[in-house]
Amino acid sequence: MFKAFLIKYAEIGVKGKNRHLFEDALVHQIKVSMKKCEGKFYVHKTQGRIFVEAESEFDYDEAVEHLKQVFGIWGICPVVYAEDEGFEKLAERIVDYVDKVYPDKNKTFKVNARRANKNYPKESMEINADLGEVLLNAFPEMTVDVHNPDIMLNVEIREKIYIYSEIIPGPGGMPVGTGGKAMLLLSGGIDSPVAGYMIAKRGVKIDAVYFHAPPYTSERAKQKVVDLARIVSKYTGPIYLHVINFTDIQLYIHEKCPHEELTIIMRRYMMRIAEHLAKENECLGLITGESIGQVASQTMASLVCTNEVCELPVYRPLIGFDKQEIVEVSEKIGTFETSIQPFEDCCTIFVAKHPVTKPNLKYIRRHEENLSEKIEELVKTALETDELIIVE
Amino acid sequence: MEVYLDNSATTRVFPEVAGYITQIMCQQYGNPSSLHLKGMEAEQILRRAKETLAGILKVNEKELLFTSGGTESDNLALRGVAQARQRQGKHLITTQIEHPAILQTMHFLEEQGFQVTYLPVDSFGRIRLEDLQRSMRMDTILVSIMHTNNEMGAQQPIAEAGALIKRLNPNTLFHVDAVQGFGKARIYPKKMGIDLMSVSGHKIHGPKGIGFLYVNEKVRIRPILFGGGQQNNLRSGTENVPGIAGMAMAAELLYRNYDEDVRKLAELKSFFIEGVSQMEGVRVNGLLPGYPHGEGTAPHVVSVSFRGVRSEVLLHALEEKGIYVSAGSACSARKPQPSATLRAMGVEKDLLESTIRFSFSVFTNQEELEYTLSVLREIVPMLRMYTRKR
Repeated sequence: MFKAFLIKYAEIGVKGKNRHLFEDALVHQIKVSMKKCEGKFYVHKTQGRIFVEAESEFDYDEAVEHLKQVFGIWGICPVVYAEDEGFEKLAERIVDYVDKVYPDKNKTFKVNARRANKNYPKESMEINADLGEVLLNAFPEMTVDVHNPDIMLNVEIREKIYIYSEIIPGPGGMPVGTGGKAMLLLSGGIDSPVAGYMIAKRGVKIDAVYFHAPPYTSERAKQKVVDLARIVSKYTGPIYLHVINFTDIQLYIHEKCPHEELTIIMRRYMMRIAEHLAKENECLGLITGESIGQVASQTMASLVCTNEVCELPVYRPLIGFDKQEIVEVSEKIGTFETSIQPFEDCCTIFVAKHPVTKPNLKYIRRHEENLSEKIEELVKTALETDELIIVE
Repeated sequence: MEVYLDNSATTRVFPEVAGYITQIMCQQYGNPSSLHLKGMEAEQILRRAKETLAGILKVNEKELLFTSGGTESDNLALRGVAQARQRQGKHLITTQIEHPAILQTMHFLEEQGFQVTYLPVDSFGRIRLEDLQRSMRMDTILVSIMHTNNEMGAQQPIAEAGALIKRLNPNTLFHVDAVQGFGKARIYPKKMGIDLMSVSGHKIHGPKGIGFLYVNEKVRIRPILFGGGQQNNLRSGTENVPGIAGMAMAAELLYRNYDEDVRKLAELKSFFIEGVSQMEGVRVNGLLPGYPHGEGTAPHVVSVSFRGVRSEVLLHALEEKGIYVSAGSACSARKPQPSATLRAMGVEKDLLESTIRFSFSVFTNQEELEYTLSVLREIVPMLRMYTRKR
């Protein structure tokens, strides 16, 4: 019976003069998302509201699922709308609405009318009272509660009349594209896709980089990363995924540096390469899935070492999360099942039995000098291997 | 150069077979159960395919049941017999090195109240007949033994086992999983005491999704799929006519040049074993004592352990050079656990994760193996340099 959705947004509402920019971005993102749904939709904004109206047959569940993936939406209200054909007709409609949406009538309710069309013959308070009476007569089990009703029946009188009462929570956040762009270091694990999701939620567009180490990591491991990027792209829109061949750098570090420091030094080169790509692609920051103390390379001392090689800010949205909390988000956004497929990623291949957990920056820098002969050349070559995959 | 040495996982379809399948799909596409001419045509094709396969095995056409492949054949054999014979007994025997299609079905039957004995193997991957003799009981309803092991090519003493089983208990049925053996060995169920035998199409250059189960006409089994009652009610579902015809044609082509092909495969195997044995830190698994070139094992499978190299890494390094092999068997390769077969054979722990399977086919030639050996000589020492330091 629902043929439209009213979109509620929270944070954008408090923006000042550039509020319309955010609204337009949201409308755009909704249009992009709804294109993937069965059916045709008309997305438009009027007087501080965004409406998504179906112009053809559509799959209600699928449409809601897609709207739930658009950052910036706080709530999705399924709406019934009709032309204004007088109060009598409206009364019939509201009875019909309540009858269909609430099979169990043992509920409290309140009618909340808004009269945007001031030419309508009744005032809001009058509409509330009159419709309330109609409902009480139609369904004797129902009672009115104006403070804490089970059902808040919203009736908006505009060019057309809109009735809605349900609010399906959206993901919140801000429309993607309103916050600039950042480069996500995407591995095949649980954390990095979640990190990308969280930053994208603040309106940031995501590019990504994956470090591929054949033959130590397989084509399937790479495919897994593409699959993860595809799931994240449902929320973020198309992701430009850069695949960098990291094998030679890794082997060279393995050859020249102390084994316990391998992971830290490797991560420093990953950050350097990611930053290089970020700058080339107008990204304003890097994103990683690090969380303090989760593994040896994510202790505070290790982060000191990996952080110092970058000028750009490094965003670590999971920094204070426990593993379980990260897993919960990854399950919610649908990346968990893919993340736990058992393929090696390049961080685990050569990992030492006891990697340093409190690396000393002075030593790390000194040992990195062992690489001075060939490393610049290797980094350059690695950047030339950049394979761009557009994931959408 | 592309060198496909993973023929135990699956094989390239013969071009003639692919052509024949296409023709049937586009022209003789009828349902063999239909009464009209189109149905008749399809039924004829089915009949000819049965004749071909029955001829190769020297069995009766009525004794072949077409299935979706090796896994279904194994399931139907084990579950079909267990259900039909549970009043005669609840004991089954198999080996520790069977394909998961057997082992997992056995585990399922254990949950249903059956008892299963798993025979161990010696360091060459073969069961000992004494173990089989000792495990046989009056209530043993079925023995299931694979013909050729998929991981290192050990061939089991099938005829001897068949004779032994019948001598000890004529009521015990004998099932053979011949998915890896059919096409590489001459197998005659009637002479070997085999009551049921599983075969798969895609291991013999036929299409995927097709196989058959030989069931001796005196043996009653229960179906595991119910429906329209095709194939004597034992395997409902419209027959996969193009698949069946393609599989039969592939078998015919393989057995037409059988002696020459098997001789060539054995030569290739011997050549490869000789080459690879000259490398340092290499062990060829499953060779019989006194037969350094792999005689007495399947002519198309060589299992090699490369000390100090992780098999997955070597596999991908070979892949970069266009050479396709597998680590352990493809069916267990995606689970990160060392091969149960190699473990059952007593291969030392260090080598379990360093084992690669090379498997050949009639398409394989010496030039490809020379190339593979030269690539191995180049990359194995390199990979050894970069292993996890301890």
